[in-house]
Amino acid sequence: MKTKNVPALEMKNITKKFGDFIANDKLNLIVQKGEVHALLGENGAGKTTLMNILYGLYTPTSGDIFINGVKTIISSPKIAIDNRIGMVHQHFMLVKPFTVTENIILGKEKKNKFGKLLVKESKKDIIALSEKYSLFVNPDEKIANITVGMQQRVEILKALYRGADILILDEPTAVLTPQEIKELGIILKNLTNEGKSIIFISHKLKEITQFADKCTIIRRGKLIDTINVNTITEQELASKMVGRNVNFIVEKKEANPKEPILKIKDLVVKDNLGLIAVNKLSLEVKAGEILGIAGIDGNGQSELVEAIAGLRNIESGKVFVNNIDLTNKTPSDIFKNKVSHIPEDRQKFGLVLDFSVKEDFILQTHSNSPFAKKGFLNGNEINKFANELVEKFDVRPTDIEKNARDLSGGNQQKVIIAREVTHDPQLLIAVQPTRGLDVGAIEFVHKSLIKQRDKGKAVLLLSLELDEVINISDRLAVIFEGEIVGIVDAKNSDVNKIGFMMSGGESKNEKK
Amino acid sequence: MKKNSKIIKFFTESNKAFTLISILLGFFIGGLILWLSGFNPFRAYQIIINGIFSKPTYISYTIIRATPLILTGLSVAFAFRTGLFNIGAEGQFIIGSAAALAGYYINLPAILLIPVVIFIAIFFSGLWGAIAGLLKSKYGIHEVISTIMLNWIALYLQNYFTSIKGFAKPNSEATKYIYDNAKITFLDNWKHTDQGIEWLKNHQLLKDILRTPANFGIFIAILCAILVWVILNKTTLGYKLRAVGFNKEAARYGGINIEKYTIISMFISGSLAGLAGGLHVMGVSHNITILSAMEGYGFDGIAVALIGNNAAFGTIWAGFLFGALKYGGTKIQPFMGAPSEIISIMIGTIVFFISMPNIIKISLNKILKKNKKRGDNAQ
Repeated sequence: MKTKNVPALEMKNITKKFGDFIANDKLNLIVQKGEVHALLGENGAGKTTLMNILYGLYTPTSGDIFINGVKTIISSPKIAIDNRIGMVHQHFMLVKPFTVTENIILGKEKKNKFGKLLVKESKKDIIALSEKYSLFVNPDEKIANITVGMQQRVEILKALYRGADILILDEPTAVLTPQEIKELGIILKNLTNEGKSIIFISHKLKEITQFADKCTIIRRGKLIDTINVNTITEQELASKMVGRNVNFIVEKKEANPKEPILKIKDLVVKDNLGLIAVNKLSLEVKAGEILGIAGIDGNGQSELVEAIAGLRNIESGKVFVNNIDLTNKTPSDIFKNKVSHIPEDRQKFGLVLDFSVKEDFILQTHSNSPFAKKGFLNGNEINKFANELVEKFDVRPTDIEKNARDLSGGNQQKVIIAREVTHDPQLLIAVQPTRGLDVGAIEFVHKSLIKQRDKGKAVLLLSLELDEVINISDRLAVIFEGEIVGIVDAKNSDVNKIGFMMSGGESKNEKK
Repeated sequence: MKKNSKIIKFFTESNKAFTLISILLGFFIGGLILWLSGFNPFRAYQIIINGIFSKPTYISYTIIRATPLILTGLSVAFAFRTGLFNIGAEGQFIIGSAAALAGYYINLPAILLIPVVIFIAIFFSGLWGAIAGLLKSKYGIHEVISTIMLNWIALYLQNYFTSIKGFAKPNSEATKYIYDNAKITFLDNWKHTDQGIEWLKNHQLLKDILRTPANFGIFIAILCAILVWVILNKTTLGYKLRAVGFNKEAARYGGINIEKYTIISMFISGSLAGLAGGLHVMGVSHNITILSAMEGYGFDGIAVALIGNNAAFGTIWAGFLFGALKYGGTKIQPFMGAPSEIISIMIGTIVFFISMPNIIKISLNKILKKNKKRGDNAQ
């Protein structure tokens, strides 16, 4: 038996350099047996790098790893697994057409001496395992047919089946519904009761205070602190993470709305399957206000925005910006009429990932003066502009020659916001602008939107996070099945009532 | 220590080093096959190298061979950089060479006629390439399919025209020769005059070079490489084309007309391959003949682009390498009886290793790690 004071895992003075960039700078991490240890940090702080080192995906530049007090060199995931370390990645690594059982035993199959797969026996093992930790799954169901929450259980079982004692969960809640997050909490309890140690990577403070015992905070690759979670508030955690005080409540002045900028009349738009997604929708956004659209995913939000931005055909109805008819105009015409768009999917639409940051800054304006003259790009002007934006919007790293692909999610978003805001639009459309971002970056995005509003711009915000829409918007429109089912004043709104409207409750009553 | 790590970095991360290793591996495996077939590989390579460099005539032929390959390589590389896979360089080459026959139908002073013929070759082959671009952007037909088909259409179109009276020389499988004013071969007339022959007797080097159809083509090819580099990296057109190549959705979001720029890209790509064909007629063959099969300049261009890492200047070096091997390699047959097909095997091997970069990278990393461990243990 190991004594209790030998930690299950100790990472000592871990440093990892990528070229000149130091991703991890002498990091220490001690995880005890039966502990949920949260790893907290902003996007790009170095959490995932550290865990990839532990799982053998990266070799550290220097530093040592001790497992149960024994110095271990982990040079491949196989060695990590042999040392009873398991990892559940943010994006699941499952074979979709395979059953739960097949996925769990993949790579460690039970066979008889003729090489026949012992499916029944394996299934028994899995049922026993899932009962032990109350991780209930249907072993015969195909992965393609089960929910994301279930898939995550399969991933955890997969790690346990390989004998993991230390379980790394990389942002496990990012894909889960609130109900599933609660269930995950119970699963974590069961696992630690059985003596497993869990490393929980997250930048969601609420979950850390709920689930974790200890928390190690990393900022820009450096260790900030390791603390007992029960002695600290979310506020303190947040300021440790970003290195300054963070305001959870969005501060903003009273809105001062003026004339309508965006006018949408009876808009009809079809989705990719040819079904009507936006159904005779009418809406106005005024100068100097933020209009938020709340709704459950898939109620026509994406189609609405794409139609306004010229990326999707409008079947009928009209879109006016500043009284200019922009119905079915090209994206570049719409851009010229001072409409900027922070797209929902920043990697698919917002950025050319293989372009350098400076090239991405001029995605719409590369042919305009001063960036181009007679068809030739003006390198000096582009560099000057890019350096200005990088500094003004605090994009990290500050190297404008770096490919957008190499930036963290938060910094990619900063590049897009910097570009779109600098266009000085009359109408700014922001779709899910804070998805996947950490507290610091979210605050930045929110402030940027409010700043645009205060400058007298019209802002149209779409988000699936109800809290965000309510906090940022001045007026709030609820969308359901492609229609606006109600518009309320955001300040005095009732969350329950909005939730009811989002699920279609109100509209049916109104229509009758 | 620092120097050491720099070298390791060069070999594991740099594309150039990696290409170099692939080429050496190609030579090695080519040598191995020679050895297995009972030939002395060192002697074979000696013959090849002599066959490329030992006489001005040989060097001149190597350059002549490399010229069209550089251009078809640029054609494929250009399309590739903009997200398109142009398999049609072969057909565009054919169209370009057929269009260069304009040099038989128009007669102007050389200073005008040469640019006019080049323009005609570029224009028609560009259109030929643009057909594939149009099919892709209007009807979503993949350019690989359409360009392969267009290759065959181009081949039979050329054979058809070559067989029509008025185009063809009577009783032959070839067309009439283009006017002298349309030729870009160095001193093509003068070198056959009595005066020229007399003068060249006393100037061995020039005599050797002029014995071959040495021509201006290589300068035009290098100029095109510079042009391609400038277009891709320094112009708004290149910016748009690259944006479309990297991420169509983002390009559309940024207001770039994807359909238009797909067609433009295929036009430019096609015109580069067609220029290769045009220069070949103007500088080397001076006419076209009925082809029983495709000549392969366009297909070789795919390999050249690959070896050149789809970069404008890389393509020049790859074109020279390819041209040299193709020319020098034929000499192992008469001199030592070894099959010159070995050269194709060698080129195939180089392409094989380059298209599977991870094989070399992984094995290199393993070797380096082992060495490092040994070094650590020694300490």
